[in-house]
Amino acid sequence: MKKIEAIIKPFKLDDVKEALTGAGIIGMTVTEVRGFGRQKGHTEMYRGGEYTVDFLPKIKIEIVVPDSLADKVVGLVVGAARTGSIGDGKVFVEPLEDALRIRTGERGDHAV
Amino acid sequence: MKDAGSGTRSLRWRIVFGLVFACLLAVGGWVFAQDKPAAPAAPAPAAAPSKPDPAGTATGGIGDVTAKEAGKPTLSEVAEFAGHNRVSINVMWTLLTGFLVMFMQAGFALVETGFTRAKNVAHTMMMNFMIYAIGMTGYWICGFALQMGGLGAISTMGGTGLLDSEFTISLFGKDFGLFGMRGFFLAGSTYDVAVFTLFLFQMVFMDTAATIPTGAMAERWKFSSFVVFGFFLSMFTYPIFANWVWGGGWLSQLGKNFGLGHGHVDFAGSSVVHMVGGVTALAGAMVLGPRVGKYNKDGSANPIPGHNIPMGVLGCFILAFGWFGFNPGSTLAGGDLRIAVIAVNTMLASASGAIFAMLYMWAKYGKPDPSMMVNGMLAGLVAITAPCGFVSSFWAFVIGAISGVLVCWAAVFIETVMRIDDPVGAIAVHGVNGAWGVLSLGLFSDGTYGDGFNGVEGTVRGLFYGGASQLVAQGIGTVTCFVFIFAASWAFFKVYDLVFGMRVSPETEMDGLDVPEMGVHGYPEIHGPATLVHAMGASVPKAPPMTMAPERSR
Repeated sequence: MKKIEAIIKPFKLDDVKEALTGAGIIGMTVTEVRGFGRQKGHTEMYRGGEYTVDFLPKIKIEIVVPDSLADKVVGLVVGAARTGSIGDGKVFVEPLEDALRIRTGERGDHAV
Repeated sequence: MKDAGSGTRSLRWRIVFGLVFACLLAVGGWVFAQDKPAAPAAPAPAAAPSKPDPAGTATGGIGDVTAKEAGKPTLSEVAEFAGHNRVSINVMWTLLTGFLVMFMQAGFALVETGFTRAKNVAHTMMMNFMIYAIGMTGYWICGFALQMGGLGAISTMGGTGLLDSEFTISLFGKDFGLFGMRGFFLAGSTYDVAVFTLFLFQMVFMDTAATIPTGAMAERWKFSSFVVFGFFLSMFTYPIFANWVWGGGWLSQLGKNFGLGHGHVDFAGSSVVHMVGGVTALAGAMVLGPRVGKYNKDGSANPIPGHNIPMGVLGCFILAFGWFGFNPGSTLAGGDLRIAVIAVNTMLASASGAIFAMLYMWAKYGKPDPSMMVNGMLAGLVAITAPCGFVSSFWAFVIGAISGVLVCWAAVFIETVMRIDDPVGAIAVHGVNGAWGVLSLGLFSDGTYGDGFNGVEGTVRGLFYGGASQLVAQGIGTVTCFVFIFAASWAFFKVYDLVFGMRVSPETEMDGLDVPEMGVHGYPEIHGPATLVHAMGASVPKAPPMTMAPERSR
């Protein structure tokens, strides 16, 4: 099993969700997060004064899939989330030891 | 199954309700149908025709004049009635416009709370809420008496000079009225409808001034200190300055005594209400100091954006609506048809204030800042408050336009040069533009109104219409307002701060004032420890500490 963690631009969430559900991925967890990478922050104005917003709003998507699907899912996420401009985000893939469905007690690939 | 059942039930109720409603309509239709043909059928008897008057042209006539012999009033009975009607219209007008001004408290609450942070909403809101109650109480105790106790007759309300006691001193052979001494607790000889009408109207004006400093001092002011301040302003500083301008005091007599125009003229309160509020705000914000994190070590300022722009914009609109009471109501007479000019001038200045604030911010900083457009409209309203009765629509628009630019410039100047932290721009809106308002009256008053104002013959004229001395009187009024209000307020705040402390602790300020000061979160679902409780949709019962402790420690 792999856990795929994607940090994307908030307005790309719908595209990513549609790409994944269209490919048969049936579950994901989404969190509103803040952070910065190479994009850094940006400045905004309020009442004539400038201020810097260091941590920009992003969306974090977590998806757990069997090993065989991992590459495909990563490809779908990257394809759907890319705009080509700075700040598109990142995808992290990590191995996952186990999973358990609370309702039935199923484990492993059956649980995701 | 359960859903389907409840669906059927609600459908059944809807049918029953619909049938009942249809029956009511049918009965109503039948009643109307019975009525209509009856009206033309019966020829009107001479004495009391009891037919309906849907057009309203026949209702009210000679039979409605109170007379010994119904329908045949004598001349003196007609005159009595006309006099009573004149005063009735004026009292009604003054009360109704006073009710509008009362609603401005809601506008202030929304503007100030919207332009400050979410962690302080309960505190900021409650200052704006409680000032209404606190200010009113203080004003009833002695504020009204000090302000209006020496006014004399309230001419538009048929008053008979019950407010007849002014404390005066003699200087240069002239009387200087300093404060009134009749009407404490509205008791005794001031238990009178004209006096009560005046009290209501003047009370809501005082409360407007009293609620202005809460914006400049928001997010760091101890609530207990605010409560004491509310009594101080409503009982002393505001009433005394208001006496000098509106209660027959010395500023209003500068014309009569020294030939300076009509004395210091402030039609609806650019100086008496707004500049008093703004200057008090300045003194308070100086004594309190800036919010934690407002200024960097090198002295540069950090913007601290307000948490809710829609709230601020809604508040601004409520204020603009209330201003139709503030300015036109200040005639104290619904029969004074100058109210049309005053109302139009008021809204024109608010429009140009907003437009020119928008253009200025757009040109200078790249975007039309929403909070500054709101401040621009309010600045236009503040500035036109003094001259609204005396200028043409063109000058009203110009006065508003200048105030729209002035407020943006002043807000940045106060923040970055004077380094005074005013979260909502109260000093720039009310203090700076209050001063601009009374001075503009001395420039643009066109001599079409104000004959006999403050006991001086002739109409009110500004510098551009041959009234240079009027501008001098306006200048004296402006300087007096600043010096007296700033000195008295600064001394009050400073002494209070030294003795009791005015400011919350830095920890409280960082956490937000809502819980430490008020005991509740304004937005518990966003900030409170109650977040999880709300998410679960149930309140957590207080468990015995013995069983909970080990759980928590994990």
